Amino acid sequence: MRFSILRKPLIHGDKSLAQVTNDVARPLEAGPTTLWWSAFIISVAVLILGVVAVTYEIMTGIGTWGLNKTVGWAFDITNFVFWVGIGHAGTLISAILFLFRQRWRTSINRSAEAMTIIAVMCAGIFPLIHLGRPWLFFWIAPYPNLRGSLWVNFRSPLLWDFFAISTYFTISLVFWYIGLIPDMATLRDRARSKIKKVVYRLMSFGWNGSTRTWQRYEVVYLLLAALATPLVLSVHSIVSMDFATSVIPGWHSTIFPPYFVAGAVFSGFAMVLTLMIIARKVLRYEEYITIDHIEKMCKIVLVTGGIVALSYGIEMFMAWYSVNEYERFVFINRALGPYAWAFWIMVACNVAIPQLLWIKKLRRSLVTVFIISIFINIGMWFERFVIIVTSLHRDFLPSSWVMYKPTIIEIATLAGSFGLFFTLFLLFARFIPFIAMGEVKGVLNYGRNTKKSVSLSTKTD
Amino acid sequence: MDRPFIIGVFTNEHDILGAVEETRSSGYDIYDVYTPYAVHGLDEAMGLKPSRLTYVCFLFALLGLLTAIITQFWIGSIDWPLNVGGKPFNSLPAYLPVAFELTVLFGGLGVVFVMLLRSKLYPGKKERSFHPGVTDDRFVLVIEVTDAVMDEEVVRPLWENHSVEEVKRIVEMA
Repeated sequence: MRFSILRKPLIHGDKSLAQVTNDVARPLEAGPTTLWWSAFIISVAVLILGVVAVTYEIMTGIGTWGLNKTVGWAFDITNFVFWVGIGHAGTLISAILFLFRQRWRTSINRSAEAMTIIAVMCAGIFPLIHLGRPWLFFWIAPYPNLRGSLWVNFRSPLLWDFFAISTYFTISLVFWYIGLIPDMATLRDRARSKIKKVVYRLMSFGWNGSTRTWQRYEVVYLLLAALATPLVLSVHSIVSMDFATSVIPGWHSTIFPPYFVAGAVFSGFAMVLTLMIIARKVLRYEEYITIDHIEKMCKIVLVTGGIVALSYGIEMFMAWYSVNEYERFVFINRALGPYAWAFWIMVACNVAIPQLLWIKKLRRSLVTVFIISIFINIGMWFERFVIIVTSLHRDFLPSSWVMYKPTIIEIATLAGSFGLFFTLFLLFARFIPFIAMGEVKGVLNYGRNTKKSVSLSTKTD
Repeated sequence: MDRPFIIGVFTNEHDILGAVEETRSSGYDIYDVYTPYAVHGLDEAMGLKPSRLTYVCFLFALLGLLTAIITQFWIGSIDWPLNVGGKPFNSLPAYLPVAFELTVLFGGLGVVFVMLLRSKLYPGKKERSFHPGVTDDRFVLVIEVTDAVMDEEVVRPLWENHSVEEVKRIVEMA
């Protein structure tokens, strides 16, 4: 009805509904493979390294980091912005592409959104440990207290950030879980062992596929997508305001919100590509996450990468055009100063290398796309490092100019956040359907009247 | 009281849509239809009214917006006006980010909560299933038997036009 027979099917292999169920449920029902175990053990080991580093830091104080009185924000905030940015691709796929009726999103939205939730968890750790006394984190919440009540400052972007990140995490989690309920019911009805049946029954909320429920479910899904779309744009805008509302040259810039949002989607899609290229191979989902999916994501990377490159250019232009000597100095210092190596890594990874994706052959080559996606991940981490550290390390008073160098504790903390990310993602891939069965079934050509589709296709497509 | 039902099991979207339309036009009331995925147009075919959850979402979002605005004004201008860089106490633009976030948070959580409540979905609920294949690849049309004349043989020819796989009578114990 909705598909032209001339259009290439989204899912290859001419699947029937039962085949989709079997294919998606197979890795969950078969035991964990050696590959899974080895990846899991490595991730947990790296996670433990991070836990040790953070424990040491909390017990000793943030003097264990390389921060000093000139550079007060560095590795931790870089990592925070990096991880929040990674999360944005998941919401873009699950909400924005849903509103734009991009049906190909159904094969990747579950895993991309799981990635979002996990990345936001990783991000949340950094402001928390940055407090130095993380056990007092609840002071950021506006609750009546015995100090006055002394309230939080609602004019501070740092407070907005707390509201933005916690709302983003909550709404993403709820959106993801609502999408999961029908699949949990499928697993419940397939479960052989008693324990599995009990667990899946608990998680499937008594779902039975009733059309009355589906109707409400679809409405809620649409509403959540409509709410999550401005939400995701607001989150990185507010993150950027942490910088933009200050008076530091290099941060004090009105272009920051759109520039950060584009950068977030850019880095997020790079991470989705990295994960999907591995996952489709390991879990044997090549017919679901096809080369066409990879290519479409590459196009989004290309567009957002273009916006990022344009933003770099505009920032440079404005530094010159504003005739503000401090602003000019910061940008000359970025490109030619002691951190020039970081700046040029950023430009090479984010501006130069992604241009290869203009070539169709390279967009459709898994190895090339994988390598490019790794470069973008690195480049976008460096972008945040460059923005934060090079704007701070040479401030208004040349006698306080210093260099910032991360300590081994900071590097171990960053590694640990990757450990946490991969540990949770591997657990997700092991216990939760990687592909949204209920949604993929809806985009198959199976059981649709193809004759009817030809006559209608010109109107609806 | 035991409730008898007649169920028809179909194997694809096209058949179930046709069967639902024909069953309704022949004057039978459809109890419900169970499908493995959201079949578009099925709610219209069954004659379900559009959901009112959109209004619920709007009201919750409005509640969130008002909560955020009122709280921030009360805190910032009435309870403890704090001079931050000489900015006005009632600075609405500065309150918008938090107001927006709470609008989304209240709207999202509220509509999900009401949807679960309305559909009677909650963790650990025992599912009411007419056919085990519904969450896999079967589409099941259910008619409640309300009088003595009604039985499988009445609807079977109707559904056979739409390649029904199985027609049977199910009695749900009270």
